[in-house]
Amino acid sequence: MKFGVVVFPGSNCDDDMIHVIGTVMGQDVKKLWHKDTEALNGFGKGDCVVLPGGFSYGDYLRSGAIASHSPIMTSVIEFANNGGYVWGICNGFQVLCESGLLPGALLNNNHHKFVCKNIYLRTETDQTPITSQLKEKQIIKVPIAHADGRYYADDETLKKLNENGQVLFRYCSEGGDTSETYNPNGSLENIAGICNEGRNVFGMMPHPERCAEPTLGNEDGRILFESILALQKEMA
Amino acid sequence: MKFKADINIMPLKELLDPQGKTVGKNMGNIGITGIENVRIGKHIELLIEANDEAAAKEKLETACKKLLCNVVMESYSYTLSPA
Repeated sequence: MKFGVVVFPGSNCDDDMIHVIGTVMGQDVKKLWHKDTEALNGFGKGDCVVLPGGFSYGDYLRSGAIASHSPIMTSVIEFANNGGYVWGICNGFQVLCESGLLPGALLNNNHHKFVCKNIYLRTETDQTPITSQLKEKQIIKVPIAHADGRYYADDETLKKLNENGQVLFRYCSEGGDTSETYNPNGSLENIAGICNEGRNVFGMMPHPERCAEPTLGNEDGRILFESILALQKEMA
Repeated sequence: MKFKADINIMPLKELLDPQGKTVGKNMGNIGITGIENVRIGKHIELLIEANDEAAAKEKLETACKKLLCNVVMESYSYTLSPA
């Protein structure tokens, strides 16, 4: 299993992601420059492309909007449509929604402030490659850092997400309470992450790459990486 | 020939606009009362090179639908006139 981390102008979590996948998890990973339309040559089904956090194109127009039409995105969309794994974190999630690979949109936080803190997530499904090693309802602590994280989708889309088990995580209390009090940005139904219908494209606002090793005092994010790597073992 | 487009992009009516709400709530600080329903969007101006107005409109529609506006959360309107 190969990993590629796309670098847009303004990405700033690309190095953290490379560090976790390459150094912490010991996997084969490389940076993919957004203008390199051949960067995904050699990537196939079973490999994973990560769209990292940051402020691609300065968040101009809308967060993720300009990056979603960046040259590499044509091959990322093709890769996803052929079953490749695509994982967007924070700004990457915004890019995936803007590109149409994931439904809905991420709006400005309801309190209109940048929010940077640890939050708790309740796992909503273990039936996806990035949550397979978690248990349903398992709670993990992961940091968020965003201004545009209010997940929104129309009623029909939201219904479909719930019915198909496409909601990955909801914001909650340490004990798993998903009431509005524990919603850090006004997301509909406390949604923190979703996947597509094909369950190969994932988007989430929280940053698992910022809590995947003991030095950082929190390793809760590591299990997401272990989950996707467990697939590799299954395929071998 | 060149055409000038003036585009207005607004958050959908059913969505909370926290920026507009904050601005509205703080009008009192400058001594103004009676202001309500403040909603904030974007105004974009651009020039389009096209053979005629229909061709300019086609380019503008594509620009709005594909990039300038995200119809999941925003709506757009525009005026188009010879530059």
